[in-house]
Amino acid sequence: MSSVGQSKLRVDAFDKAAGRAKYTDDLCDRSALVTRIVHSSIAHGMVQKVDTARAEQIPGVVKIFTCFDVPDIPFPTAGHPWSTDPHHQDVADRLLLNRHVRYYGDEVAVVVAENEVAAAQAARLVEVEYEEYPFVLDVQKAMEPGAPQIHEKYPNNILAHTQIRNGDYEAASKEPGLIRVEGWYDTPTVQHCHIENHICTAQMEGGRITVTSSTQIPHIVRRVCGQALGIPWGKVRIVKPYIGGGFGNKQDALYEPLCAWLTTQLGGRLVKIDCTREETFVSNRVRHAIRTHIISWVRPDGTFAARKIECFSNQGGYASHGHGIVAKGMGAFPQIYPCPNVEGDAYTVFTNRPSAGAMRGYGIPQAMWAGESHIDDVARALGREPMEYRYQIVMPKGYVDGFSKNENYYDTFRQVMDKGKTAIDYERKRAEYANQTGPVRRGIGMALFWYNTAVWPISLESSSCRMVLNQDGSVQVQTGETEIGQGCDTAFAQMAADAIGIPFEDVHMVSTQDTDVTPFGTGAYASRQTYTGGFALRQTGQILKDRILTYAVELTRQMKENLDLVDGKVIRVTDGRELMTLGELATEALYSLTHSQHITAESTYQIKNNAYSFGCTFAEVEVDIPMCKVKLLDIVNVHDCGKLINPALAEAQVHGGMSMGIGYGMSEQLLFDEKTGRPLNNNLLDYKLSTFMDHPTLQAEFVENAEPTSPYGTKALGEPPACSPAPAIRNAVLQATGVSINQAPMTPHVLFARFKEEGLL
Amino acid sequence: MYDLKALYEATSVQDAVRLRLEHPEAQILAGGTDVLVQMREGKRAGKELISIYGINEMRGVTIDEDENIRIGSLTSFSHITRDPIIQKYINVLGEAVDMVGGPQIRNAGTIGGNTCNGVTSADSASTLFAWDAVVELTGAEGVRRIPIQEFYLSAGKVDIRPDEIQTAILIPKTSYAGCFGHYIKYAMRNAMDIATTGCSVNVVLSEDKKTIVRARIAYGVAGPIPMRAPSAEAAANGKPVNAETVDAFGAAVLADIHPRDSWRASKAFREHIAVELAKRGLMESIKLAGGELA
Repeated sequence: MSSVGQSKLRVDAFDKAAGRAKYTDDLCDRSALVTRIVHSSIAHGMVQKVDTARAEQIPGVVKIFTCFDVPDIPFPTAGHPWSTDPHHQDVADRLLLNRHVRYYGDEVAVVVAENEVAAAQAARLVEVEYEEYPFVLDVQKAMEPGAPQIHEKYPNNILAHTQIRNGDYEAASKEPGLIRVEGWYDTPTVQHCHIENHICTAQMEGGRITVTSSTQIPHIVRRVCGQALGIPWGKVRIVKPYIGGGFGNKQDALYEPLCAWLTTQLGGRLVKIDCTREETFVSNRVRHAIRTHIISWVRPDGTFAARKIECFSNQGGYASHGHGIVAKGMGAFPQIYPCPNVEGDAYTVFTNRPSAGAMRGYGIPQAMWAGESHIDDVARALGREPMEYRYQIVMPKGYVDGFSKNENYYDTFRQVMDKGKTAIDYERKRAEYANQTGPVRRGIGMALFWYNTAVWPISLESSSCRMVLNQDGSVQVQTGETEIGQGCDTAFAQMAADAIGIPFEDVHMVSTQDTDVTPFGTGAYASRQTYTGGFALRQTGQILKDRILTYAVELTRQMKENLDLVDGKVIRVTDGRELMTLGELATEALYSLTHSQHITAESTYQIKNNAYSFGCTFAEVEVDIPMCKVKLLDIVNVHDCGKLINPALAEAQVHGGMSMGIGYGMSEQLLFDEKTGRPLNNNLLDYKLSTFMDHPTLQAEFVENAEPTSPYGTKALGEPPACSPAPAIRNAVLQATGVSINQAPMTPHVLFARFKEEGLL
Repeated sequence: MYDLKALYEATSVQDAVRLRLEHPEAQILAGGTDVLVQMREGKRAGKELISIYGINEMRGVTIDEDENIRIGSLTSFSHITRDPIIQKYINVLGEAVDMVGGPQIRNAGTIGGNTCNGVTSADSASTLFAWDAVVELTGAEGVRRIPIQEFYLSAGKVDIRPDEIQTAILIPKTSYAGCFGHYIKYAMRNAMDIATTGCSVNVVLSEDKKTIVRARIAYGVAGPIPMRAPSAEAAANGKPVNAETVDAFGAAVLADIHPRDSWRASKAFREHIAVELAKRGLMESIKLAGGELA
């Protein structure tokens, strides 16, 4: 019986629930030295002097390192596969500690101490003298002539600018009779807020450095540590145990390079860097705040004659993932609603904010906030019902992207709308909520999202896997793809069981990645684990099965082509007879006095495909206008992520993403003091992550169109659920009040200002 | 690991008074839900602490010989919410403290700690102001009782003398008899938040429920410390139960409150919300008291 498609219990469920699962700090020996990083207390400037004299007097302080002590080796941090082409390599713009500080919270010095109290006391006593420079927080102000220059090599602070030029926008927009719809849409700086803050430890053994880290990308972090320290990459070993979430923040080298360097300065002693929540908010990574300007030229029949988009992506102080985010977001624009004449410009711009990196959705939540809000604005200008309008203009079945060769094999967008509208009773409510008056009004709205799985053809996609057969017929499975809480170990066990022909319970996932022993893989990102991992699991499982059956020929004297491995038993397919169990075969193979064999398989599969993964959100709200509050009454996400490997885990993925999307639309925003650049709310009290009490029941629905390129018919689901809730809620508020809110999150402050402007208050 | 210099654990109120005198620099620790957070942030790092958390005589809700409701200062929020005396006479206080933080905080946090912090946003404070609560302090010389308005001196500063601890909060019978109230916490999310503005309103209606005999209203976060709104109260006292009274009550609030602009909220926004909360609080209080708005 196939394991794939069943809601198998998570392979790590009991260990995690019972507290037995080991995370980085659980693995850290009590002998570890601890650290406290001294962060910049200005937004932009040059460190002139660091006085550590008073701090060094604190009992328990071992050593204080400053930005004047570290190697002068700039290194990149983005968790991208390395490119052997220098033009496609990530920007190397950081040192382990920085003299030129580029945001409030940059790393200036690090205190190493015997205990946390000593480290914290000493860090407060380190005195840093700066030459202060002017700073800039706003993305468009950073591009103006005379703006503070944040990196030498990037005039006007523009890290990158890319364009789309399809057809002739200027000429097409002059067609007589067009309706012009224009909007500016803003998204905030938000943070991932995974439960486990980033933590790493490092020590030396045999002249090599072992780093244990809460990371999504162990093999990439090994490379970055090697680059940052200027040592051969094989001198670094990364161990990745269970981690408490990542959402993209840990798809960067964070403090692993600094920790690795510290141990080399401390005689190889075990040293730990354990971020506080406050540090995690500011000095790890954040989501790019993107401001988007859209102009649509629409014919009275609703078709687009021409469209223009400009995107301004706030990179913060360092390049990290850089332009990839806004480039992906802008890339969705000409596809989701095809139009022959599109002009697009995307800018990624350095500012003196925290560095923006990867975060669940990778530019698509920003793009959908702008694009899907705008589609409702267009529908309103045309006097059309917005869902029905989307039916007319959305990407059709059979659409092929010329670059990625992605194909919309099914009529996915219309199918997910059909499923969603039924689930929430959209059409009846939409009619009921039309033309309301009074202080409390209801509305219902929806938004689509575009997403594609993995990073081919922009970047490498490969997956490696190793399988080892035990005496009892069970199998250890290792992959380079990482369990980060999303449940991929369980999905992998299901796929491996089917590929080999053994029961799910006989697959032992080796959850920990250790770059010394784990097959190479680039890690958890781009919603790629299940899709890309599936290729290597299928291929390696078949190799293992083939070796098992080859050995079975010796033991059974049957023709190999007549044998199969089914549910852990060697079967003669011609009559269905069970010849022996896999356990009997494996025991014989290991202990045979005539032909002893350790049966194992290992392979790499390079994936040269990619898959669209589309869906939508429907949301129903009640707006209390005098109170400036939106109450979310109901919300439904619908996804076509191909065949579900594990329906219960898929549903859980969607719930988590919806929660993130709700916070993005309604409450979350990292704020900065305009006068100093200081972050104002970098803690979980003042940063309004939505709580259980802020959510209605989250409903997940699926349209299971098998993905033809995947061996298991599956595709992306990790990031997609976070992409469309925010604009769906925004569009529901638009129906309720007639007021377009173009700035996320739609906090009471924003609603107060907009309701006043529109005369509702 | 907390950066504290020493921890002294008091075994009784008298022991706490002795420790206060012996360690004048020490900070009093009750449930720890604020003090330990501040200590972690470095604000109170390296301080001595006197824990009063083990003094069980300071827990519980009773009616004393003068028919005051007496709430021991160490009574946790969750115990207050579930206490039958509170539910019968001043249910609004139980509802208000049920909006503090989350369940874990409400199990550990105490009403004494909430008021001794002296912060304007404390969820218990506006209701205690609106119900003319009396604060009981015990020191070397004995017991001292002061109105809560006098207990709050300025932002973060309350009237506790060097030898004293707060031992109880009292609600006089004249305050709670026949009185019904409602608290609205206005915050940016529905749990784990501090109030942007908190408003507690209560009324005593005439026997025929047509007239407001007494209306009281207090705010948190409308100024540096919790405050009453006397102009609003004057606009409602003795007035008929109707929409005009509600509107007049709301409008008069602006003469009393002084919210400020901050990154958390603008003055204009806070004022707008304060007026809306006053009206809604009054309407709900009238309803609870058995009145009807035409």
